[in-house]
Amino acid sequence: MVNFGGWDMPLEYSGILAEHEAVRTRAGLFDVSHMGEIEIRGPGALGLVQLVSCNNAAKLALGQAHYSGLMTSRGTFVDDLLVHKISDTHYMLCVNAANQDQDHQHIVEHNKFDAQVENAGPRYCQLAIQGPRAKDILQRLTPVALDSIHYYHFSFGKASGVDCLIARTGYTGEDGFEIYFAPEHSAKLWGDLMQAGGPAGMLPCGLGARNTLRLEAGMCLYGHEIDDTTTPWEAGLGWICKMEKAPFLGSDVLAQQKRDGLTRKLVGFEMLDKRIGRDGYPVLIGGQEAGRVTSGGPAPFLKKNIGMAYLPPEFSTVGMDIVVGIRGQGETARIVALPFYKRPQ
Amino acid sequence: MYPKDYRYTKEHEWIKVDGANGTIGVTDYAQHELGDVVFVEMPKLGAQLKARQSFGTIESVKAVSEIFSPVAGEVIETNPALADAPELINKDPHGGAWLIKVRLADPKEASALMDAAAYEAYIAGQAKEHSA
Repeated sequence: MVNFGGWDMPLEYSGILAEHEAVRTRAGLFDVSHMGEIEIRGPGALGLVQLVSCNNAAKLALGQAHYSGLMTSRGTFVDDLLVHKISDTHYMLCVNAANQDQDHQHIVEHNKFDAQVENAGPRYCQLAIQGPRAKDILQRLTPVALDSIHYYHFSFGKASGVDCLIARTGYTGEDGFEIYFAPEHSAKLWGDLMQAGGPAGMLPCGLGARNTLRLEAGMCLYGHEIDDTTTPWEAGLGWICKMEKAPFLGSDVLAQQKRDGLTRKLVGFEMLDKRIGRDGYPVLIGGQEAGRVTSGGPAPFLKKNIGMAYLPPEFSTVGMDIVVGIRGQGETARIVALPFYKRPQ
Repeated sequence: MYPKDYRYTKEHEWIKVDGANGTIGVTDYAQHELGDVVFVEMPKLGAQLKARQSFGTIESVKAVSEIFSPVAGEVIETNPALADAPELINKDPHGGAWLIKVRLADPKEASALMDAAAYEAYIAGQAKEHSA
């Protein structure tokens, strides 16, 4: 067990490799109740969401969700989040556990729209069921037609008799669902899902596999690839940064950075030998430190050692070789396209 | 669980003394703490190790750990099986996953280390600290 954002959480159940493989080939169940929820309600809800986040929530349909960034006035990340449109006057944001309180405070500070902003984390538990068999397993417990919930959409309904918000989202690179419900039902829903998934080879998964899966899928982790010093352009997240809806927090800085060009860019790399470039290790170009590994480690499904790092744009071209400093020795790595892993369609 | 004829260190290595030579590995407790092992970095043959000197690293999915020599000696063999099957460390830490063999500088040196009973008491204390 490890402390993660104030939550006591298992790093692994049966082992990171076994859990990782289960999610890529069968299914895995994650208790992600640590994740925070913030609900914004009222006629001003959309205005507030639009001001504090960089993706364009005006484009969301009812029952649709998108990935976005909660922005500082400097165009950097307070957090990354999922925005769910429940109604024209009700949005549910899923945020990182460790950032929940500061996110809430940040949103409240910019609430000139008279919206109600609720720090709703204590009212929710969340389970994530992920992997190619996730849909079939969950379907056994719910009358909701899961095939009708498209990717990054959600629906309300019962699972195992419990009222849930069932979203077709995830943080693993696989198909799957994230299920939000009231905490008193967590033991029942976990137990019923494990029972339904056991025969299909589903495994309970901890934080360790959650990290290797998201890294292999090239997804950012707050505090590693993104934080309040990095912008969406630098992080390769231009697709969630919709300048046409400006002004929003930081949009002037982001417009300026787009005109001026970047001084660094997030890249993916593969180690060419067996040694592993890990979080925080230096990346050297011409013997000089040019950046640091933001996340690095084994990619169990790809059977390679991979990582991400910020580098000057002139050294960020796919196919270029870089050097990662590993305990005083330089090891060659090759810049590769992100994501490392993409599930077969 | 912990062989009676081995000696143990606080850093969770074991040594089995056989005359002038010793075989060194990491304990079951260590492999459990490391999780899935994916790579082992070995010393060169002929390397002269001092007691408590780092002689290699074990990389698991989640972390990298140094391995320290329990005693002084010269490396005379490294386990060839671990290059292709580092996961042996998780499966058979006290047997097939031995790391190195050394020619002991002093065959009596290992007797100052913890025996199995002392080591078991030591890790029971560590586990308590963890859960506190």
